[in-house]
Amino acid sequence: MLQVNNIDVFYGNIHALKNISLEVNEGEIVTLIGANGAGKTTLLKTLSGLLKPKQGTITYKMQQIGGKPAQAIVKSGISHVPEGRRVFANMSVEENLELGAFLRKDRDGIKKDLDHVFELFPRLKERRKQLSGTLSGGEQQMLAMGRAIMARPNLLLLDEPSMGLAPLIVQQIFEIIQTINKEGTTILLVEQNAHMALSIADRAYVIETGKIVLSGTAKELQESEEVKAAYLGGV
Amino acid sequence: MDWLQQLINGISLGSIYALIALGYTMVYGIIKLINFAHGDVFMLGAFIGFFAITRWEMGFIPALIIAMVVCSIIGMIIERVAYKRLRNATRIAALTTAIGVSFLIEYTMIFFRGATPEAYPQVLPQTNINILGANINSQTIFILVVTIILMILLQFIVHKTKIGKAMRAVSHDADAARLMGINVDNTISATFAIGSALAGAAGVIFGSYYTRIDPLMGVLPGLKAFIAAVLGGIGSIPGAMVGGFILGIIETVVSAVGYSLWRDAAAFIILILILILRPAGIFGKNIREKV
Repeated sequence: MLQVNNIDVFYGNIHALKNISLEVNEGEIVTLIGANGAGKTTLLKTLSGLLKPKQGTITYKMQQIGGKPAQAIVKSGISHVPEGRRVFANMSVEENLELGAFLRKDRDGIKKDLDHVFELFPRLKERRKQLSGTLSGGEQQMLAMGRAIMARPNLLLLDEPSMGLAPLIVQQIFEIIQTINKEGTTILLVEQNAHMALSIADRAYVIETGKIVLSGTAKELQESEEVKAAYLGGV
Repeated sequence: MDWLQQLINGISLGSIYALIALGYTMVYGIIKLINFAHGDVFMLGAFIGFFAITRWEMGFIPALIIAMVVCSIIGMIIERVAYKRLRNATRIAALTTAIGVSFLIEYTMIFFRGATPEAYPQVLPQTNINILGANINSQTIFILVVTIILMILLQFIVHKTKIGKAMRAVSHDADAARLMGINVDNTISATFAIGSALAGAAGVIFGSYYTRIDPLMGVLPGLKAFIAAVLGGIGSIPGAMVGGFILGIIETVVSAVGYSLWRDAAAFIILILILILRPAGIFGKNIREKV
């Protein structure tokens, strides 16, 4: 579904991603784990069009999307839930969700998806008229995910959904990620919480200082000594 | 009932400031630029309205609409030509450019038609209406009604339409807006278009109310509107409206009590006071948002 081939991305003068290749197949949950500053967020930003690769290709559903503007990529079916949620704090929950469907014109479909988001996240329904800046961190994460779903994506990019949340909320969020995946949305999940991420993923990549250093099925990586030592805090 | 008369005069002067202030505040909200050329768009609006009325013999409303349309196009051109390439430059570079654009418009105008003032034709009915003992010019009421309609229209656009929601989204977080599929460049253009249309309308209203226009007429009202925007809280749309009205009323009161020479000084004293006492303005956001 998504193929990234040998991309290089620069942040100003910093060579943030070096010759990265990865692949996401339809229906999978793929996770990308790595420490702070390894390049995880940069990769997602490049996939969603906020950054442009200097070299290499990004192919999504047989189409070149590398370097295209973000709105073209959203239109082609990729939604990105950014790090730190980035909800529109000055707008209500409902307005945030409406903005998620910005490029869509099918009113009935939007209405249906709004109901569906409220089913997935009942808390958002209770707070639909509330300004999203007043929500708790967990609720904002739910809103950011709901907003992305409103674009009806085939591929959902999630950047650190567990960041700064209580373990119980993280648990909930990860359950919902699995539900969304079962409903047919492919997921690329970036996480620092490697333990949680590997527990729900099919496959995984490990990124270190801008390079992919390991890849395999989630199970393989869970058992890999290197991953255990570096990311699972194990012996 | 002299005070009521003065109050209404103040409100109508304030409504002109408010219309200009809206453009300042909207542009600031979306690209964090104080667009000092905005007062000159107001001047261009006044001249476009003047030509529409004198050359093409239009009435007030058609002239107002023409001025708004032409000014919105001018606003978009200014943004595309001068500011767009500075999107990632330092703020001071953009600010300096804005001042440059302001001079460019003023002196291009003087170059082509000279600096002589023009007398605005009488386009609005002039009758005195007696309300609660106050003698009020029908023109004042008419101007007030037009301004309020424009403000309601703006509120509707910003809160109910797709482009308005896109504008609010971009002003809050441009990258997050991109991820929604919003075209940020077009949204910024639309913001300039709407802000400049309001300035154009203010130009025509100003011309028909004060009857004298010239190529440098935008400087002082532009600065005053900027003060109004800061007073209300720059970036806040209701703030610009309230700031405009407050400033208009204060100026009128200062004149009415006999200190008309102090009118402009009063405005700048307000700016200084607000910057010292409450830099965020009346509606300014000082609240940190939860992350």
